[in-house]
Amino acid sequence: MDVSLAAVLPQVFTGLVLGMLFVLLAVGLSLIFGLMTVVNFSHGALYMLGAYFTVFFLTYTRSFWVALAVAPFIVGAIGLLIERFLIRRLYGRSPDDPLLLTFGLSLVLIETAKLIWGKIGLTLDPPRELGGAVNLGFMAFPAYRLFVIAVTIVVLIALWAFLTRTNVGLIIRAGSRDPLMVRALGIDLNRIWLLVFGIGCGLAGLAGALAGPMRGAYADMGVTMVIESFVVIVVGGMGSLLGAVVAGLLLGQVVGVTTFLAPKLAEIMVFVVMALVLLIRPSGIFGEAGLAE
Amino acid sequence: MGAVTAFLSRHPVAAFGVFFAVFPFLMPYKALASQVLIFGLFALGFNLLYGYTGLLSFGHAAYYGLGAYGTGIALAKLKVSSLWLGLAAGPLLAVVGAVIIGFFCLRRRGIYFAMLTLAFAQLLYFVAFHMADLTGGDDGLRGIPLLPVNLFGWKIDLENSLAFYYFAFVIVWAAVAGLKRILDSPFGTVLQAIRENGDRASACGYDINRVKHLSFVFSAFFAGLAGGLDALRLAVVPVESLYWVTSGQVVIMTLLGGAGTFFGPFVGAGTYLVLGDRLAVFTERWPLVIGLIFMAFVLFLPKGIWGTLVDKLPGGQAAGAKP
Repeated sequence: MDVSLAAVLPQVFTGLVLGMLFVLLAVGLSLIFGLMTVVNFSHGALYMLGAYFTVFFLTYTRSFWVALAVAPFIVGAIGLLIERFLIRRLYGRSPDDPLLLTFGLSLVLIETAKLIWGKIGLTLDPPRELGGAVNLGFMAFPAYRLFVIAVTIVVLIALWAFLTRTNVGLIIRAGSRDPLMVRALGIDLNRIWLLVFGIGCGLAGLAGALAGPMRGAYADMGVTMVIESFVVIVVGGMGSLLGAVVAGLLLGQVVGVTTFLAPKLAEIMVFVVMALVLLIRPSGIFGEAGLAE
Repeated sequence: MGAVTAFLSRHPVAAFGVFFAVFPFLMPYKALASQVLIFGLFALGFNLLYGYTGLLSFGHAAYYGLGAYGTGIALAKLKVSSLWLGLAAGPLLAVVGAVIIGFFCLRRRGIYFAMLTLAFAQLLYFVAFHMADLTGGDDGLRGIPLLPVNLFGWKIDLENSLAFYYFAFVIVWAAVAGLKRILDSPFGTVLQAIRENGDRASACGYDINRVKHLSFVFSAFFAGLAGGLDALRLAVVPVESLYWVTSGQVVIMTLLGGAGTFFGPFVGAGTYLVLGDRLAVFTERWPLVIGLIFMAFVLFLPKGIWGTLVDKLPGGQAAGAKP
């Protein structure tokens, strides 16, 4: 087998693109969990909706750029509705209950997608501007995939700036540390929770919209992704955004490289890494033990 | 009604026997009755862990699937000549799986536990998918013979669906009696103490991680037995046995029926399967309806059908709270 750098590098880049999708999903999950201790099972279904909405708006507006800009916001808006009308009823109950409810919701969303768009998936071409490959000097790589990497990096920087440089970001960070104290200061945390849930779901929608031109849109696309995102969070440390980023990129590489070396093991390796982390450092790479346990 | 609920609470195992002895004649067809019985057993195992110990497993497909593959591989690949040995191989494999996976999953508590169990079940799904030589992979494990039962020289052919039902009935009844025995033991009391307050149980001197692990293994045994029986019922093990959908099914069934109640899992399995069977006539998208009903139950009826019913009936409180 050719294991020269020239053969491995494309896999590293493919792994990087997958890692970016993991990061977008896991950051959203982790943000929601850190603040609200809610695990959103429907995150995968929202990722799926992101891809379908992109196809939908592309058909109607004939512009990929409009579709890409609109779809994540629609998914984010659905997230707002989910928090306001479903999750909010469960605050104060067992933390298992939101997980159960969003599991049911994800079934409903998947079946609804099959009802509307059919059982067989839809395909989606990257925009013409990004259709070709870019010569990176050492290899050629599809332009669209480079675009996915760039968008993710820009969004992550924007999110980081929002959380550390704005007042709302400050309240979010304070709220995940000590919600009672934040409330005592006269801040309405309900609105913050609503906002954060919407942002998290919007990120899932963005991941789905970006994934569409690479992987197509099909009803079951989200479930494997959400389970793998759970793994990312366990490896990175729940509630830690840095952990989600590092672990997402790491697991992207694990999948990318094993796909090359032993394709059959690619799906399994993610879980092997998780088991190793559980043995060596149960709280995850950047996790604090005891958070919401 | 008071007399009925009093009987149910005092003799749940006998009540189970009476009801399920006539059950196939209440169902539209016999195969559905066997399915309710087997999935009820699966849900019973899940309920031991979630309803009584307070641990939400989102990966119980792993033990049901290991049970199905254990029995299936023993009979179809290893050509075991005894039905009983073949059936026993299922729960045995599930128990081995639960010992190992439980060790990993119990390293984290709370909501992480649910995510980890789901992840490990998905791992097994991919392993079964790729080990096609042993498991049949995507095509499923085929060619499981349904050997006749040899009862004191009297051969019973299980190909008859009513004969199979009563074969499954005897095994599930024994499992229900076993569960009752576990719940009535001091160990069962500790399980419920952990569910109510783990820290307090720990402060009383119980090694709660060991107790949880043991509960996990018992739970997997029941799920594995259900898997083994289902392998016999279907004569095939589809790889979807290990898929997250199967894990989700048992969660839905148990919560519909009533988690933490003795009869809840069977009520839930019956409701789910009969409803699914009827809805499938109208639409292929019947899980949509089940999903909506499930969401409504989580929001408004968290005690499930049986849990709510026993709360409302005179003298029912005792039947619901205590098995």
